[in-house]
Amino acid sequence: MSIDIINSFSCPLPKMDYNTIQLAHGAGGRLSAELIDKIFLPCFGNETLNLLEDQASLEISNNRIAFTTDSFVVNPVFFPGGNIGELAINGTVNDICMSGAEAKYLSVAFILEEGLNIEELHTIVISMKNAIDKAGIQIVTGDTKVVNKGACDKLFINTSGIGVIKEDIHLSAANLQPGDKILLSGTIADHGMAVMTVREGLSFRSKILSDTAALNGLVKDMLSVSKNIRAMRDPTRGGLATTLNELAKSSKVGIHIFQKTIPVREEVNSACEILGIDPLYVANEGKLIAIVPAKAADKILDKMKKNEFGKNACIIGEVTKEHASMVIMENELGVDRVIDVPTGEQLPRIC
Amino acid sequence: MKYLDEYRNPEIARQLLDKIRETVTKPWVIMEICGGQTNSIIKNGIDQLLPKEIELVHGPGCPVCVTPLEMIDQAISIAQRQNVIFTSFGDMLRVPGTEKDLLQVKSEGGDIRMVYSPLEALKMARENPDKEVVFFAIGFETTAPGNAMALFQAAREGLNNFSEVVSHVLVPPAMQALLSSPDNRVQAYLAAGHVCTVMGYNEYFPIAEKYKVPITPTGFEPVDILQGILSVVKQLEKGEYTVDNQYARAVSADGNPAAQKIINEVYEICDRKWRGIGEIPRSGMCIKEKYAAYDASKKFNVSHIKAEEPQECISGLILQGLKKPPECPVFGKSCTPEHPLGATMVSGEGACAAYYRYQRFADALKK
Repeated sequence: MSIDIINSFSCPLPKMDYNTIQLAHGAGGRLSAELIDKIFLPCFGNETLNLLEDQASLEISNNRIAFTTDSFVVNPVFFPGGNIGELAINGTVNDICMSGAEAKYLSVAFILEEGLNIEELHTIVISMKNAIDKAGIQIVTGDTKVVNKGACDKLFINTSGIGVIKEDIHLSAANLQPGDKILLSGTIADHGMAVMTVREGLSFRSKILSDTAALNGLVKDMLSVSKNIRAMRDPTRGGLATTLNELAKSSKVGIHIFQKTIPVREEVNSACEILGIDPLYVANEGKLIAIVPAKAADKILDKMKKNEFGKNACIIGEVTKEHASMVIMENELGVDRVIDVPTGEQLPRIC
Repeated sequence: MKYLDEYRNPEIARQLLDKIRETVTKPWVIMEICGGQTNSIIKNGIDQLLPKEIELVHGPGCPVCVTPLEMIDQAISIAQRQNVIFTSFGDMLRVPGTEKDLLQVKSEGGDIRMVYSPLEALKMARENPDKEVVFFAIGFETTAPGNAMALFQAAREGLNNFSEVVSHVLVPPAMQALLSSPDNRVQAYLAAGHVCTVMGYNEYFPIAEKYKVPITPTGFEPVDILQGILSVVKQLEKGEYTVDNQYARAVSADGNPAAQKIINEVYEICDRKWRGIGEIPRSGMCIKEKYAAYDASKKFNVSHIKAEEPQECISGLILQGLKKPPECPVFGKSCTPEHPLGATMVSGEGACAAYYRYQRFADALKK
């Protein structure tokens, strides 16, 4: 890029908390938000992007299209309950269908590290094939690049995807109304803790499996009983707490949840206790949160429970007029506390 | 979860709160020693449920928080070197040294790895014979046995590429230092449950006797903490002072002799600076001369690195229970978990971080 072109940008270098990229910039917390607000949005911003939804809803020739992209860099690439390939399919399918869209087509781009074992790649590709079959979608375009050994960690995968949003579906994080109920499709923190148990330096034996799953079938079931769902999100990076905060801020409402209603598997809870990690902030890859009008809640919940990915669905709280833009959790002793956005990745504590 | 859920039972907690309310007649200042207890108290809102007579002040028992600045600077100096794999417990990585923290060293290319156990670091030393693997051995008596064991095994296997930066601290000397201070307000201690599982509680009897303070080894769940508070309040109200073990499911009077043996094999008592408090005589542990070859501070010649703490941070007063985090002028303003000025804002166990996470919005909730 020539100096002239650089100078033609009108955005001056913003003042940031750090001069170099830290891992926390990618952890979905406050530093990620700073990066988006100060570096990306000032240069790229437009009315679609500025909504900061997990997918863009676009109108093209009178059709409403959901479009999304996501990159997958999980380490290790194989983890209990899945691998990077399934994650790359399911993650993008979920981002599409959280808009209420029916997921249709995906692109896949591989960045492969020199020296990667072909058998490992093949295993990953086969599990991707199984994931697309299960989700009922197709990969229709792709790309492959190979980088020097050490320039990436085995392989990175980017997937983009599109889906079609039906006319009468209008989901948005800005739609929440006081009185709405908050539905959660099942146990939290499974994926993040499954990956953590096999990380170098932290490994310990457990039976925790990632929950990676495509939720397009569940979403379809839910929309079949009510078109009035206000918003849906999959609480991935940053966990339930971060996603609820995003929803509360987008709609400028309060969110009140009850600790005792939030399902956490016993083994996941134990691992969180050992490492000093709060499951509310741990990533999920096969769960969704739906905000729905109170009178539709039971009907939608019943339908969710009949789907294999919604068996443990439950109502965890409601939307309030008070405490706008905040998430409040009532604990089992009846004390309220604010559930804040995390700073960066949670670090296991010393003892 | 067995051994946890029953200690989180809201009904039992409410009954204990009722008993505490019935027992208390006068104002009392109680210090919980351990940062894990502080965190549990704030997270569960126990301080908000107690009768107003009881004031909980938060003790120095956050190992990350009290690790002196100069030890962090020493660790950073080693971690920046070529050919070094620097390993540490996770929450130590974000603690600010004089100029940067270990995570920044990592982003600059340092090979810094988070481990949950020092034995993982030992494994890395075995697997990387051409690298120097250094472990940041910090903590109280709780982490000392594991850290000592890693070093002992390295010596036994002749793993000459493994060493430790040791900055261990001991709880009882700090408890005495606080009680001896002319500014002391503490009238009773909830002793740190995990420390007691290793060391037992016999060493607390002379302290209770000398300073006339009740000391109750206490666990970490809401019911544990309320039982601990009830125990010391009963004693305070009667004018009694002894050691009353609340955490009997994990703590015995003698502690864990095998753990103590390995500590004594590898480490010896030394004077130690505490971040925010200053030097406390005979309050730390260092590597014995016999194992000097595994002492990273000597091996990498960093012992001369000294550092002064920033003036604006009042973590010393907080660790002594003299101030609460919101009383600090920079709390939540120029000092946040993203940019901590002192260690009490960094670790999840730190009092400032606990207040920042759980109580920063207390006023909003009251409205």
